[in-house]
Amino acid sequence: MTDAAIDVRGLDHFFGEGEARKQALFDVNLSVRRGSLTILMGPSGSGKTTLLTLMGCLREVHGGSIRLLERELFQSEEVTRIDMRRRLGFIFQAHNLHASLTARQNVIMGLQVHGRGVPKRHAAAADHLLDMLGLGERLEYLPGNLSGGQKQRVAIARALVSNPDIIFADEPTAALDKISGMAAVQLFRDLGRTRGTTTVMVTHDPRILDLADRIVTLEDGRIVQDNVRT
Amino acid sequence: MTTFLTRLLGRLPIGYLQLTHHPGRLLAALAGVAFANVLVFVQLGLAGSMAESVAIPYRLFQPDLLILSPAESEALSDAATLPRQRLFQALVHPDVTGGTPIYMGRSTWISGHDASSSIQFFGIAPDATAFFHDALAAPLTSLSLSDTALVDTLTRFVDMRSFAAAQPEAPVPFEIQSRQLGAIGTVSIGGGFGGDGVFLVSDQTFFHLFPQRSSATPSHILLALAPGADAGRAAAELVQLYPPDTVRIRPVSEAMEQEVRYQMTERPTGLIFAFGVAIGIVVGIVIAYQVLSADVADHIREYATFKAMGFRQGFFIGIILEEAIILAAIGFWPGLLFSQLFYESLAYLTNIPIFMTTERAVAVFIGTIIACAVSGMLAMRKLAAAEPADLF
Ligand SMILES: Nc1ncnc2c1ncn2[C@@H]1O[C@H](COP(=O)(O)OP(=O)(O)OP(=O)(O)O)[C@@H](O)[C@H]1O
Ligand SMILES: [Mg+2]
Repeated sequence: MTDAAIDVRGLDHFFGEGEARKQALFDVNLSVRRGSLTILMGPSGSGKTTLLTLMGCLREVHGGSIRLLERELFQSEEVTRIDMRRRLGFIFQAHNLHASLTARQNVIMGLQVHGRGVPKRHAAAADHLLDMLGLGERLEYLPGNLSGGQKQRVAIARALVSNPDIIFADEPTAALDKISGMAAVQLFRDLGRTRGTTTVMVTHDPRILDLADRIVTLEDGRIVQDNVRT
Repeated sequence: MTTFLTRLLGRLPIGYLQLTHHPGRLLAALAGVAFANVLVFVQLGLAGSMAESVAIPYRLFQPDLLILSPAESEALSDAATLPRQRLFQALVHPDVTGGTPIYMGRSTWISGHDASSSIQFFGIAPDATAFFHDALAAPLTSLSLSDTALVDTLTRFVDMRSFAAAQPEAPVPFEIQSRQLGAIGTVSIGGGFGGDGVFLVSDQTFFHLFPQRSSATPSHILLALAPGADAGRAAAELVQLYPPDTVRIRPVSEAMEQEVRYQMTERPTGLIFAFGVAIGIVVGIVIAYQVLSADVADHIREYATFKAMGFRQGFFIGIILEEAIILAAIGFWPGLLFSQLFYESLAYLTNIPIFMTTERAVAVFIGTIIACAVSGMLAMRKLAAAEPADLF
């Protein structure tokens, strides 16, 4: 077992075909340590989201290599990528909760992806995590009856409930106030310390930079700065 | 309900929760499924009713007989006749113990001002009771009185209540074909699709009504067989006694099935019913498809999120099938109820034998589930639009 949860080598990525073909990433090299909290920064259009979706098995790797949890993603099968995603937790900028499911049910979906389980235990795990995120009173609420910040915290709970090996988050704190934003990132950090959960997060939020182990800056599809903090 | 479905499916019943989250759409969808069910039930009901009304006249006969018909006759009520000679020829067969001719003719009964009914007459020898249904034995004997008839209480366009008390001692007079007849009893047969009612008269009375018909050319001949004789074999052997292609001969039950099949598959009415059923099924599939694909389109981001979380294709198929089955299983019942009401009104208004059968209800229920599942499978194609990489 290597120390790197993610190992990106010579990664290129293109969008479009022919005339419209545009390169979004150029020879990206990045090794992310297990249990660390890495922040991706950079101006709009610099390729942060593209890199995140490639590492998160949401896109096919066309050029270069990504080893994710010891598995090569270059030329991997679609089914392999789907199975790999079950070991990851995604937190999107938009919460993307299912409007017909309660807060608890949304979180339970994060467990059911691993198959039939004991419904009572699933519910207990979901309730525990929602409680930790300050939503203990909102378990039976539909997303429509929750505030933006509450919805985002439900989405965080859904990503964390199955103990993912890696959390990928794109501006997860945008919808949160200062305190819950800090609390969420603090939670990622603690998970890194206690369970070895690796977090890769895109953010522009200067308040959380202090919590990061490493800050990687992208510009025009290239890594231009890589600050490892001690 | 959610708890029950969670147990059943081994996962949260996403489809159920999605459908019930939009009660308006759910109701519209159920109404659509019910409507398609009614379409199918109506067509099947009419088809079944036609089959039933084709079968009813055959039930006047003893079931273990053979029926000898003209070669060109597929239907009992066809106008074709055959020589009575055929009856005597049949008697040489050792298994044939007797036979009787039956004469059929159609006439219009002007029963009132504006009212006219098309009546199918059966002319029967009054002493041939052994060939007919046991319940007819006594009334048939009374037909030996000249110009008497057993009238059909289910005759359409006529108020038959005045005939209810008809007795051999107290005949109820009526006029048909410019002749005065006396009703001396009633039968309940019903005209079905070909006519409005069926009257039984003696052969002599039949010739009074239809003077152009001769006793030498009956419409059909019923043959009785010795007890224990094999009807199928006897029929095959009898056919050999006649010049080729002059008669059709088969057990009564088989003749009945044959005509039902003929009416359903070769006559326009039967084909129209089949076509109607097909339309009903298509309407059902289209409605269910509309609802299910709109539902997929509405939840495309949620599905993309589930894809990003690592749910496989089978999970999505499961959700859409769950929705399809819920629509089918709930929408069926109002459809059944309305169809039942429709059958009852139609039976009341037209006297055709239309009624719900368990087999039909079960078949339509299963068909509804299959049709909705097909719609679900078609709606599944919309799922390709759920692209998890677009969520960031
Ligand atoms: N699906 C796509 N098709 C074509 N081009 C794309 C697509 N997604 C991204 N791009 C292009 O790739 C480049 C990098 O985009 P990306 O979304 O990774 O940037 P980003 O750093 O996440 O920006 P932002 O901070 O605005 O979210 C941009 O020039 C963008 O226009
Ligand atoms: Mg982005």
